[in-house]
Amino acid sequence: MSETPDGADDSVGADDVRHVAELARVDLADEEVAEFADQFEEILDYFAALDEVPETDADAELVNVMRADEVREGLSQAAALSNAPDSEGGYFRGPRVS
Amino acid sequence: MSDDEFDAFLTETELSGADDGPLAGRTVAVKDNISTAGVTTTCGSAMLADYEPPFDATVVERLREAGATVVGKTNMDEFGMGGTTETSAFGPTKNPVDPDHVPGGSSGGSAAAVAAGAADLALGSDTGGSVRNPAAFCGVVGIKPTYGLVSRYGLIAYANSLEQIGPIADTVEDAAALLDVIAGPDERDATTRYDAADGGPEEHPAETTSYADAADGDAAGFTVGVPTELVEGATEPVRETFHAGLDALRDRGVETREVSLPSVEHAVQAYYVIAMSEASSNLARFDGVRYGESGDGGDWNESFATARETGFGPEVKRRILLGTFALSAGYHDEYYEKAQDARAWVKQDFDEAFAETDVLATPTMPVVPPERGESLDDPLQLYLMDANTVPVNLANLPAISVPAGTADGLPVGCQFVGPSFGEAAVIRAASALEAAVE
Repeated sequence: MSETPDGADDSVGADDVRHVAELARVDLADEEVAEFADQFEEILDYFAALDEVPETDADAELVNVMRADEVREGLSQAAALSNAPDSEGGYFRGPRVS
Repeated sequence: MSDDEFDAFLTETELSGADDGPLAGRTVAVKDNISTAGVTTTCGSAMLADYEPPFDATVVERLREAGATVVGKTNMDEFGMGGTTETSAFGPTKNPVDPDHVPGGSSGGSAAAVAAGAADLALGSDTGGSVRNPAAFCGVVGIKPTYGLVSRYGLIAYANSLEQIGPIADTVEDAAALLDVIAGPDERDATTRYDAADGGPEEHPAETTSYADAADGDAAGFTVGVPTELVEGATEPVRETFHAGLDALRDRGVETREVSLPSVEHAVQAYYVIAMSEASSNLARFDGVRYGESGDGGDWNESFATARETGFGPEVKRRILLGTFALSAGYHDEYYEKAQDARAWVKQDFDEAFAETDVLATPTMPVVPPERGESLDDPLQLYLMDANTVPVNLANLPAISVPAGTADGLPVGCQFVGPSFGEAAVIRAASALEAAVE
């Protein structure tokens, strides 16, 4: 992860793991950071062999599939909120924004 | 239900079905990432320990309309991420064939429930082998349908472009009969080739095929391709059992020939880059606001990060982080784009192989089921165990795992892979092997 995209340096440090964890909004314990750094280095080194794959055009026979835009029954507000840890006035209640 | 001695179930229940139908009187175990209205659906994760879906998955509706009774929700690797059912937040499942060994995964609870006789049939989901792997390890039959054959509505997503719900049963015919029930278009899942618009396909393949009828034990005249790359990687005892199975097929009028799939050398790499990337996006929804445990105070970034720290286990964190990395600025081209190239290449290789064969055959798993507790320390080694199953998901193809015999006293599965929507061919080939090894 400290590597450049051309793979000049493929070591993975604790700071790299912390950076990605912050992007993904996952707090990690210090032991997890150290363990992941070692594992990620090995796994990314293995993934690096994708560099040998030739450019290949996907030959997808895909067709857009649409359905009629008609009003139909959906979840009730109460059902949609039924698993929420916190709600207020019919809305999900989340943590403060800042 | 009786005692669950192999810990196959997370929740036992009884959701009865219609009075009559093709599955009347049959019991079905359902993997715990398939939504059941009002019945806890955890995905094997602490994040969803108390989650009760407000609606049924389409496949669950179809089971009950067909007369089946859902008897429980089965244990699984957390969010489907694993091949041993040991990453479940609720503890491992034991292999009914030998409880010291893993049942495979991620649908390990479903395969174990069938192998133990606790359910007649089961549903799993297969993103990179998660139906075929536990079927092989528990000595039962599992089918991974062509992408688009079975509705994913109500399947809690891990990697949308790869996953399909599939049946597990004691026999090929039973698995095929369950596929008949769950397959078909669903207007709530646009990837089921739902024909509602101009230019769409004329009919869904499931509407014109009886899969159970294809399980007639007769594959005489078939040409079965054997991809050398996917046999060489298996252990010697697994290869011996696999080759004995091929001999038995030849005795029943099947021709075999070697084929080559050079792209599969990169399949595991491509699979994990794509699956992890999709996971990093899909699992962003678990933030402790709409479901799950909310995080500990702070602003929303801090709260989400603590909810996810405590809610996710190590393998899920590993995949979310690696996926986030593979999609991040500067690395997207190096990993994600190349993985998509590899995916297209794997598809091309399969297409070429099917120009001269009816189906392909490989060992389902390159090894026999490992002992419980021995494989979690080295994630990369576990990923490599998926070498024979992930190419099928990358190419969106149908495949089946059927028991081929044993090695070292443990089950060995044979995988048959077919062309797109060629379920009938893989079911026929598997039923011939099933008849031959009885």
